[in-house]
Amino acid sequence: MLEKDIYEPDRNTAWCPGCGNFPLRKALAEALAELEIHTDDFVMFSGIGQAAKMPHYFKSNAFNGLHGRALPPAIGFRMVNPTMKVIVESGDGDTYGEGGNHLLHNIRRNPDIAHFVHNNQIYGLTKGQASPTTGTDIKTKVQPHGVTGEPFNPVRFAVGMRASFVARGFVSERDQLVKLMKEALQHRGYALVDILQPCVTFNKVNTYKWYAQNSYILNDDYDPTDYQSAVQKAEEWDEGIPLGIIYREEKPIFRDKFFNLSDELLVDYPRPVDREEFMREFS
Amino acid sequence: MDLNLVIAGEAGQGLQTLEEIIGKALYRQGYNVFSHKDYMSRVRGGHNFMQIRFGNGEFHSPREEIDILVALNQDGVENHQQRVQPEGYILFDGKAENERIISVPAKELAQRVNPKAANTVFLGVLWQLLNFELEELKKVIKEKFPKEEVQQDNLELLQAGYDSVEAGFEVEEPSRSGGEGYLFLEGNQAIGLGAALAGVQFYSAYPMTPSTGILNYLAYRQDKLGIAVEQAEDEIAAINMALGASFAGARAMTGTSGGGFSLMTEAFGLAGLMETPLVIAETMRPGPATGMPTRTAQGDLNFVINASQDEFPLKVIAPRDQEDAFYQTFRAFNLAEKYQMPVVILGDQFLSDSASTVPEFKLDELEIARYLIDEDNWPEGKEYQRYEFTDDGISPRAYPGQLSDEVVLVDSHEHFQTGRISEDKDIRKAMVDKRARKFEKQRREDTLEPYYSGPEKPEVLMVGFGSTYGPMLEVQQQLADEGESVGMLSFNDVWPLPTAELEKRNAYNTHLVVIENNSTGQFSRLITAYTEMGADYRMLKYDGRPFTTDELYNRMKDEVKY
Ligand SMILES: Cc1ncc(C[n+]2csc(CCOP(=O)(O)OP(=O)(O)O)c2C)c(N)n1
Ligand SMILES: [Mg+2]
Repeated sequence: MLEKDIYEPDRNTAWCPGCGNFPLRKALAEALAELEIHTDDFVMFSGIGQAAKMPHYFKSNAFNGLHGRALPPAIGFRMVNPTMKVIVESGDGDTYGEGGNHLLHNIRRNPDIAHFVHNNQIYGLTKGQASPTTGTDIKTKVQPHGVTGEPFNPVRFAVGMRASFVARGFVSERDQLVKLMKEALQHRGYALVDILQPCVTFNKVNTYKWYAQNSYILNDDYDPTDYQSAVQKAEEWDEGIPLGIIYREEKPIFRDKFFNLSDELLVDYPRPVDREEFMREFS
Repeated sequence: MDLNLVIAGEAGQGLQTLEEIIGKALYRQGYNVFSHKDYMSRVRGGHNFMQIRFGNGEFHSPREEIDILVALNQDGVENHQQRVQPEGYILFDGKAENERIISVPAKELAQRVNPKAANTVFLGVLWQLLNFELEELKKVIKEKFPKEEVQQDNLELLQAGYDSVEAGFEVEEPSRSGGEGYLFLEGNQAIGLGAALAGVQFYSAYPMTPSTGILNYLAYRQDKLGIAVEQAEDEIAAINMALGASFAGARAMTGTSGGGFSLMTEAFGLAGLMETPLVIAETMRPGPATGMPTRTAQGDLNFVINASQDEFPLKVIAPRDQEDAFYQTFRAFNLAEKYQMPVVILGDQFLSDSASTVPEFKLDELEIARYLIDEDNWPEGKEYQRYEFTDDGISPRAYPGQLSDEVVLVDSHEHFQTGRISEDKDIRKAMVDKRARKFEKQRREDTLEPYYSGPEKPEVLMVGFGSTYGPMLEVQQQLADEGESVGMLSFNDVWPLPTAELEKRNAYNTHLVVIENNSTGQFSRLITAYTEMGADYRMLKYDGRPFTTDELYNRMKDEVKY
């Protein structure tokens, strides 16, 4: 097993003391270490937000791109590089707000990507506005009369689209979270893991305590391959938030459909083409 | 000889197929051909026309006067007959209302053979009028319709049309014995081929006229090329995917028109800040907003040069014609990688949708230069830093996994040399300066001066960029033949703007005429900003149509003093 500190625990972070991002980072480091995924073997993609700063607190190849746009570059990378693990780290605003369209279409594509969403049900970095997952009627500086819309349920959405791997974790359920992350990293296809991650500064409703009181770990006899029960589970929230793998289904991955691509890196030099032949099409 | 054929009708009538067949057959017979599409943004109905100009001269633009009009409907006759010259013909399946109209019973003949192939009757009539043998045309028809029965039907109708009239024109023999040494292709195909031969490995785009032809070209050939082509969910995804592919070490490209480029601008700046190579084709159409999807314009010049917030190095190349589009696209990939920056191929509908005969490309002279680090020669023990400071501002570029135990970190925040996020004021300044050094080097070493045609010191200097090259060149030559002291200067590199040739040609008394397809003279203002030269006259056209040679000639005569 590899040492667990590829995440460089001494590094200064921009996170608040007690932030749910700390246990999340630790869990990811542990999952990677247990799977013996070395620095050379994975790349992280992120957008913008407190969650999306994750790659800066690891020793990792990374592309820290634009707000909402973590998935598209990950897809481009995935097409070119079929071997390294591709991990996407992003916040709830990043993923479900600004980047919503990409989420939808990447479920359709089913690329081999593990996506860890830090869902603190708030915009942390921009200091406390509602996110797509903030509960109805919750008041913020920008929503003084409370959030008007209904919260987006990413798990229900992804199950509805029959995403090939849908899970929910909670940072305080450390052992389960590491397990979920390992499963997601090993899953061949798009794995969406929505992770409940308290924002200690701006979300005074969905606290560690609140999540602990309102969530439960799915029984071992729950069958995530059964679509109908997954739909039911995914609906649950007010009556208790289920944690675990909600749905999984084996499907071909995006790159499989490009049968013309080799299994090797498309990098060093392009496959030599017969230039003359391509030109002759126009004579 | 300079003959102009126009095929007019409505969308869905098969105009484009006719245009392709005629263009290719004429080119194979040994003529120079320039063909241009004028079409509406609709799938059925409306009024479209294709212009095919051919002969032994050098043709780079459309002409107004028509020698033979093939009208596939009544509107086709009505819209264009006043442009048909006195000795010209109008082919029309209907009553001949005047002596120039040749009534072609295409539908009637085709009814008995294959109603879908009615247009081929027109081809037969056309070839007889032009006094041509059918041989090359038959070959092209066979290539176009690979199915045996369809071929037979078409050949039968071709012959029927051919036999129904007598030769009409005295046509010069072609100056070449065939197409050898030349190619016939459209602007979008030239861009696609340039990208393919430059080794593009990833192309993602969202369909948008007039750039879609590039996507079509590459998608169709992706298996043979062993590359990935993806239709993204939107332009934002398209450009971000391409950046991810480039980060992975591949050659990546995206393409769009102005509206899509508007959506791409944030990531365009990302390419600049992340120093990630990217080639972007932006084929202009009139805007803003949806504008005129199938028409042409050069109104995005300022926008593209200034796209995205703040400052970063980039390059904008506006290909002059189909030949140039190929070479410039190839070159764009090398420059994007050399300087680790975005390079825009700024085309327009006129370039994209026009086809012309061009000299065969010099394939042996095309060299792919990747500028990636060599992992076998990386200094032992040296830490890899994606944004390492160097004299010329260009940092060693590696892709993830290339160097064992080292990481490649690219970041959209301002960053340290390692790529880690930084808000340090000294780092910020040093990084801005580093990126500026790349731009300087690029300006010094990799800027192409414009193409010049004309006397050493012209009295009148026509100046333009991109696709105005064709009409400008023809008009310059016409005026020169008339004894006028006129030169033409056509830019393809527009940003950074090369200024040496312009300064050389512009003597104190030169009359500077800047010609462009927009309403405010953007290029002329760019010249003034970087040379302190002012245009004496701005010749602008912004009706969504390209300059024709005749139009430009007349406007030079009318608007510019001679
Ligand atoms: C295009 C764009 N719009 C807005 C912003 C400002 N912004 C940065 S992060 C963010 C929201 C972050 O929320 P979330 O993704 O939930 O991350 P968190 O900070 O909560 O981890 C916003 C609105 C931006 N950087 N870019
Ligand atoms: Mg958040």
